[in-house]
Formats: sequence, structure tokens, C-alpha cells
Amino acid sequence: MSAKELWTRFAAWVNGEAAPAARFEKEYQPKHSPLFRRKPREVSTGQPKTYEVWFYRVSAVLASVALIGILLATVTRLPLHGTPGTPDQNEVAERYVEQGLEETGAVNLVSGMILDYRAFDTFGESCVLFLTAMSVFVLLWNDKHSLPPKLEAERKEDDIILAEEEMHLLRHAAHFLTPFILLFGIYVVVNGHLSPGGGFSGGIIIGSGLIFYATACGQKTVSRFFDRKAFYILNFICLAIYAGAKSYSFFLGANHMENPIPKGIPGAILSGGLILPLNICVGLVVACTMYAFYALFNKGDF
Amino acid sequence: MIYLEYLLLIFLIVCAILAPLCRRLLNAVLVFAAFSTVTAILWLLMQAPDLAITEAAVGAGIDTVLFLLTLKTAHFLDGTRDKK
Repeated sequence: MSAKELWTRFAAWVNGEAAPAARFEKEYQPKHSPLFRRKPREVSTGQPKTYEVWFYRVSAVLASVALIGILLATVTRLPLHGTPGTPDQNEVAERYVEQGLEETGAVNLVSGMILDYRAFDTFGESCVLFLTAMSVFVLLWNDKHSLPPKLEAERKEDDIILAEEEMHLLRHAAHFLTPFILLFGIYVVVNGHLSPGGGFSGGIIIGSGLIFYATACGQKTVSRFFDRKAFYILNFICLAIYAGAKSYSFFLGANHMENPIPKGIPGAILSGGLILPLNICVGLVVACTMYAFYALFNKGDF
Repeated sequence: MIYLEYLLLIFLIVCAILAPLCRRLLNAVLVFAAFSTVTAILWLLMQAPDLAITEAAVGAGIDTVLFLLTLKTAHFLDGTRDKK
């Protein structure tokens, strides 16, 4: 096979026009060679045999019992809760509890921990969420203009059902409840440094509100204000702001305790330095990603 | 209050045993949602409200929706296109 032929094959495979491998062109037929004494084993395609079924059942039960036994034995050997001298009783937790309020300015110490002391971890988590959304997109995306005929018929049927069927209860409930769900989500995000919650949980509440609305009124209604372009732009802006806000610790020698933004009075809504904007960024990324999951699982597009 | 915790923990064990034994996958999803809700209440009783909010939103909310959508896409729900 010449290099040019290889290249054309590779290009055709990349463009999705041909199967990649040439070895499937010739049908594979196992031969009975004199080198091997036994005949090639036939692969059964029908029902599994009775002893196979019993073998799988018994081995599954045995494996489960062994795993449960190992885990229980491990748990019994753990040190008692609150014993001094265990590795988790070190000065880090003490410092967080004693000086966290002073150093981060957040009343909710969990927020202060994950968005100030450990802000870089949270940045990685947001990026992982975005990457997950992209992977789901690669796997499940259906082009609206070139659907397979069966799928296209199903989509049309779905649209007709959604337009004609009178889902009074669901629609009225959605119209009434969605603003409150979104408002509660925004409250949880914005109050992340004062009360339990924060960017992640608030973002998921906002995403659930959007999903609820899309279930009742159709994805087309949501796509009037939130489509794929908005998803890309919002995700890019939020991740860029987060990266810019936290990368200065690299340039300042990783000692970012000296924060130029004033901490404010603990307990006020505008306090805690960078925690509030970072919470909003994380919340938006999470809300976008959750709605993207729903849209891609449901229709394959949004 | 400690008895309420014991009750909820027993409920958790029952849910965990029940979920893989369900014949219909829809029931398994609902049992899983109940498991997550009770876990959220337990986090609240153990004074971890941040975890409780996240567990309630992710475990009982988004996970259930995604499982139901997967069942619908794979035609495992009664009353959908393939099983009328």
C-alpha cells in the first residue's frame, strides 16, 4: 500500500466516509491448521447454558460478600472518631477554624476554604465540568439538519405532542414556580459566603429551574434566551474571570494572602474579597453545564 | 433525635438493598432518589448544611432527571414510543 493510498484512506476516515481498517474487507475465516490439535472454538450466540448462569450468579454473590467483608474489616480497624493522635488532627483545621474569618472574610467557613485557601482546586473542578459537557456534546450531539429519517419522524411527533397536548397542570406550575426556583438559586449563589450553599449548589438549583421550564414548555422556548452560543460565551467569560482572578498568585510567588481587594465587614453582602465574584462564576458555569446535559440527553441539541 | 437518625439509617440500608433488586428500572431510579433525599436529611442532622443542599440538588434532582432521560432514550419506560 503506497503512502498516497494510506493518506486518502485516512482522510476518508477522518471525514467519516469510510471504515478505517482494510483488514475487515476480507472475511475472517478460522482455518483448521494442523499446528493446533483442537478445532477453533465456536462462539455460541444463543441462550447461555444453565451451568453458565449458575456460575455467574454464584461468583457474583461470592465477589459481593468478599468485598463487603473486606470493607467491614477495614472499618473496624479505623481509629475511633475524635481520637487525638490520628493524622487528621493537625494544625490545618485549627488554623482554618481560628483564623479563617479574619483571613478570608467569609462567615461561611466552608466557602472561605474552597474559594480562598483552596481556590485553585475549585478552578480545576469548574474546568472538569466544562470538559464533561464537551465530551457529552461530542458523544450525543445530533445535527438538526441531517438527522436520520427515523429520528426526524420521532422529533416531529414529539413537537406535535408538545404543541397539542394540554398539559395545563405542568405548564401553569412551571409558569408559577420557575421564577421562584431561579430566585432561590441566585440567593444561594450570592449568599455563598454568608450562609450554607455556594456556587455549586446554587448553580445546580438554577439549572434545575431551567430544566423544569424546558420540560413543561419545550426546549425551543428556552433557546430564545439560552442557546449554544450563550453557553459558549458564558462559560468562556466565567472561566476566564476565574483564571485571571486566581492566577496572580503564580506571578506573586504563590503568596496571595496579601489581597488588594478590601475584605469588608464580615456578614455584609459585599465582603470576603474575591469570594463573591468567584461564587457567581462557578454558579453560572454549573447552571450552564447542567442545562446542557439535559438538552443533549433529551434532544441532542440546544 | 438519635432515634430519628437510627430510623433514617435503617431506611438507607433498606433502600440500598432494594435498588438493585427492583424488576423495573423506573422503580430503581425512584428508590435511588429516595436514598439521596434521606442522605440529605442525615447530613442536615449531622450539621453539614452545605453538603445537605448539594446532596438534595444533585442526588435527588439532577441525577434522577438524567437517569429518567437515559431510560427514555433507551426505550425502557412504559408508555413511550416502543412500549405502548
